[in-house]
Amino acid sequence: MSESVHELQSRALAQLDAIWDNESVEAWRVEYIGRKGAVNALFEQIGALPKAERGAFGKAANELKNALEAAFQAKVGAIKQRALSEALEAEPLDVTLPGRQPARGHVHPTIQTLREIYKIFGEMGFQVYRTRQVETDMMNFQLLNIPPYHPARDNWSTFYVAGAEEKVLLRTHTSPGQIRAMRAGYPNPVRAILPGMCYRYEQISARYEIQFNQVEGIVVGRHITFGDLKGTLTEFARRMFGARPVRFYGDHFPFTEPSAQMDVRCIICEGKGTDPLCKYTGWLEILGSGMVHPDVLRNGGYDPNEWSGFAFGMGPERITMLKHGIQDIRYFWGNDLRFLEQF
Amino acid sequence: MQVPVSWLQDFVDLTLPVDALAEKLTFAGLEVEDIEYIGLPSAKAGSNKTLAWDREKIFVAQLVEALPHPNADRLKIVRVAYGQGAPVEMVTGAPNIRVGDAGQKVVLALEGSRLYDGHQDGRAIMTLKKSKIRGVESAAMVCSEKELGLSDEHEGILILPDDAPVGTPLADYLGDAILTVKINPNFARAQSVLGVAREVAALTGQTVRLPQTWNTHAVGAPQTAFVEIEIADAQLCQRFSALLIRNVTLKPSPFWMQQRLLRAGMRPINNIVDITNYVMLGYGKPLHAFDYDALLARANGAMPKICVRPARAGEQMQTLDGQQRTFRAHDILVADARGPVGIGGIMGGSETEVSDATKNVLLESAIFDFISIRRTTAEQKLPSEAATRFGRGIPASQNVAPARVAAELMRDLADGAIDPALADNYPAPQPSITVEITTREVARLLGITMPLAEMERILRALDFTVTPLSAEALRVAPPAYRTDVDGADDVLEELVRIYGFEKIPSTLIADALPPLEGNVALEQEEQARDILVDAGLQEIVTYAFTHPAHESQLVPLETAATAFPLPARAYVALENPISAERSVLRQTLLPNMLDIAASNLRHAKRVALFEIGSVFLTRGAGETQPGDLPEDASLPLEPRRLGIVLTGLRHESTWQSAAVELMDFYDLKGIVQELGAGLHVRDLDFVATAHPALHPGRAAELRIGAAAVGVLGELHPLTREKWALPAQAVLVAEFDLEKILAHAETRFIVRTISRYPAIVQDIALLVDENVQAARVEGLIRQTGGALLTDAHLFDVYRGEPLPPGKKSLAYTLTFQALDQVLSDADAAKARAKIVARLARQVGAELRSG
Repeated sequence: MSESVHELQSRALAQLDAIWDNESVEAWRVEYIGRKGAVNALFEQIGALPKAERGAFGKAANELKNALEAAFQAKVGAIKQRALSEALEAEPLDVTLPGRQPARGHVHPTIQTLREIYKIFGEMGFQVYRTRQVETDMMNFQLLNIPPYHPARDNWSTFYVAGAEEKVLLRTHTSPGQIRAMRAGYPNPVRAILPGMCYRYEQISARYEIQFNQVEGIVVGRHITFGDLKGTLTEFARRMFGARPVRFYGDHFPFTEPSAQMDVRCIICEGKGTDPLCKYTGWLEILGSGMVHPDVLRNGGYDPNEWSGFAFGMGPERITMLKHGIQDIRYFWGNDLRFLEQF
Repeated sequence: MQVPVSWLQDFVDLTLPVDALAEKLTFAGLEVEDIEYIGLPSAKAGSNKTLAWDREKIFVAQLVEALPHPNADRLKIVRVAYGQGAPVEMVTGAPNIRVGDAGQKVVLALEGSRLYDGHQDGRAIMTLKKSKIRGVESAAMVCSEKELGLSDEHEGILILPDDAPVGTPLADYLGDAILTVKINPNFARAQSVLGVAREVAALTGQTVRLPQTWNTHAVGAPQTAFVEIEIADAQLCQRFSALLIRNVTLKPSPFWMQQRLLRAGMRPINNIVDITNYVMLGYGKPLHAFDYDALLARANGAMPKICVRPARAGEQMQTLDGQQRTFRAHDILVADARGPVGIGGIMGGSETEVSDATKNVLLESAIFDFISIRRTTAEQKLPSEAATRFGRGIPASQNVAPARVAAELMRDLADGAIDPALADNYPAPQPSITVEITTREVARLLGITMPLAEMERILRALDFTVTPLSAEALRVAPPAYRTDVDGADDVLEELVRIYGFEKIPSTLIADALPPLEGNVALEQEEQARDILVDAGLQEIVTYAFTHPAHESQLVPLETAATAFPLPARAYVALENPISAERSVLRQTLLPNMLDIAASNLRHAKRVALFEIGSVFLTRGAGETQPGDLPEDASLPLEPRRLGIVLTGLRHESTWQSAAVELMDFYDLKGIVQELGAGLHVRDLDFVATAHPALHPGRAAELRIGAAAVGVLGELHPLTREKWALPAQAVLVAEFDLEKILAHAETRFIVRTISRYPAIVQDIALLVDENVQAARVEGLIRQTGGALLTDAHLFDVYRGEPLPPGKKSLAYTLTFQALDQVLSDADAAKARAKIVARLARQVGAELRSG
């Protein structure tokens, strides 16, 4: 016997160490631990040994076999692992290349703001109630304390419908919805917001549009106070614009009395009066409000001596403009995708 | 309305800085929209529009002497004294200073003063520097109005009145702040400097200063020695008073009056006209000055008899703006025996207007029906300061005192002699009003406890007459100069705006909630929006306005009777459209949407839009819509529609592959199917149809059960060209959204998922070209029954090796049972049944291989 078991093991393992491909490792297996391999050849020699040596030799050969098989398995695993690593390393991506964009649409910005308004008021128990856009003069004006040729009409430049027997017009505000909501609600209390498109005869400019949305609100109950008006609208402002001061001050609407404007502290200058957004006043006008006028309560079916209520109105486009720094109201119906896709 | 603070101080002391006062007024409901400072520093950041006159450098001064300039004929050397040190010497070219002049009061600006550059257009600020003008050193300047920012006048320098105090900083003498006040309709009483002063007084605990005789004018008689006044209808004219001022001299009004008029926004004309305007601006009462001799001439020398009456239809008069005007029966005319001499409260006639030759002035002060004034103003397009004030209402009790102020000014400034008689016809005395207000009512509506004493204090500050009735109640009467208070709610408003809105504590509504019901229609609409947005569509909102011709580009009107979305209904047309292109309300969404698609295609390669909005349909007999009240029966229907427009790339191209396919009919159909699935609308049918706007072979009607709910398809190339859209498929759809939503199942039953394995088999069927896929799939599903859980079309093939006129439809069929493992034999049996049925009914052959 020219080589000891020990020498065979050293030779085989040294050889295996250098092998890194599947073909060679298979050849190695055949050579050493295959059926006709070197290890089996050792076993065949056992019979030729003196009896006393057979036990020790057999044990050594067995250990050799186990060691080589384990080394073989480890090598196969290592080769597989290395090949996988090499393959993966060979296919890197430039993670800074643009991703594939799924086609995604967007809800129109006004509608997004409307949804926010619905949600905030919805959580305060307000229902959304939509009413018609083409209205009678009676609903839009007279039942709201604005008789024909009343000076307050100066505030509402009106589109009239041609050829109608009674004066028919495009509603100039969502306030006729107050009457409709009350008539639908009587004799229950009312707590509703009334969103929708309104129309005014204006020269279209960055500030004025001939159509715009409004959200009216009306609350009627047996114990509704101006304090409730302030509390409700302050809560709305907090949800919509974050926790920032609000202020109420005198205004005039023929259908509410007393009437008040609500401002929130400017979201840019925070009250310092340094930004054109708030016209350097430090405050942003958000909505008009007031206690429902007794005549209007009566027109809605409620006895003003038993019931009281408050109403308010706001412009979702204006709110959207304030929140997103939009300078020009014409963007809303211009529907330029480059504008809409930013929302 | 512009209110110069300097004028305000005639009536009330100011105890607050201007900006603080402005805020107080705003909070009380009299909104100060802007403050313009004249020669004074502005307190507000960002609005330094005007220049402040330096108190140390710009003074009221007096011309000591004017000497010729040695080197220039047009220039003069002037020496000017301003009470400090020696007179200052400088060069001026002002044509209104002549050599030899002395004594004039002028404005002196010393070196370093900041002024407007008189030689540049607009308002450019310069700093006055020492210079040599034609060899003569000049370190100061006498200023023009333009240099001071008072006007654009730069012909000569500003000559101040003789009583101007020499040495006073100009800022103290002419400096001012002008408040721009927004007058809401409930503040008619504040349409004058006096009116604003009253409000200031109430807010700051002051009292107003009025002419001594203000409240002492008795009612006069309709007839005097110089005029007789008749009122035909007390409804139209509640009071008409007149004074005669004899022997006036027409000339420019004095500097101070001109300055006040300018600062209040009116141009000075002559002393008589200026006085009427001055009294209107100052005291809120529009007046009219007639040339009395012209009235006499019209009466052939007899005493003029003036009648206020409605116009006779077709009656005409030339107004003093030179326009010949024709009147209608609701216009109020001031007329004499010969005809109209003025439109009541709006504009006088040219024949009797004050001119340079006028000697005697008949001064009219009258109260006209404000509704009528507003109507005539609008119809005759004659807005004016006077009409605005009349149009908001002026109390008849306030008619004479302002006229007396004006007469006295004509005496003082035009050398006139006032006839002591007052002609005064007052057929409808202003009613006196009393209102009761209780602490309980204040608590009920404001939610606060306001002591009776506080209520009294506030109301007295506002000139109300207050009588306590009990420990909880007051009887109050508004001052005679107010006509806007007639109920407890009005008094409440006065209380809260002076008390301060900020002092009312915020509360959350404690009152009962109404029954909550939600708004199903809106919620479904929002759900439809979300589905469409998730499908990659962008929501747009377009104008509700359009023009019939614009819509008929989509569907010619003569065919519209049958071609949804355009029913042949009369348009809801506007009486006063903003433009011809926006003269009616839309009956369909698509035309305006296609405009938006076209404009976006200038920069976008993929346009996928939807809109949800109302269209407006003239109501047919008996038609109703949800939410109708009985009185709405003649108003248009406003159904909600859904419009979709798709064109261009299916996906934006990427760096991986530039070649991207264009959207086609099936993209649109897929979205509509997705909408139906998302809303749980069953039985959506797409039925091939012919439509004038659409490609003849690529149009479908959408049906739910038997009901048609809209159309979809590819735009006809000719229609596409009308919108100048590119030559690629433009897919459009318009649906009656309410009809779709009506079929949405809010409660749907879920299909059970089998626990047993499925058997999946493919079949390819050869059918004639005209056999529709929906028919084949319907037969497959019908025949497969409960075992067939899915049939998915995975291929449509035409061409070699198939014979012409034939196509192959390939389906993956999934068989599965709920209660057992299905055997291959069971599936084969079901499959064979399907194939046999298809062969029988549509002549389908099973393709081998």
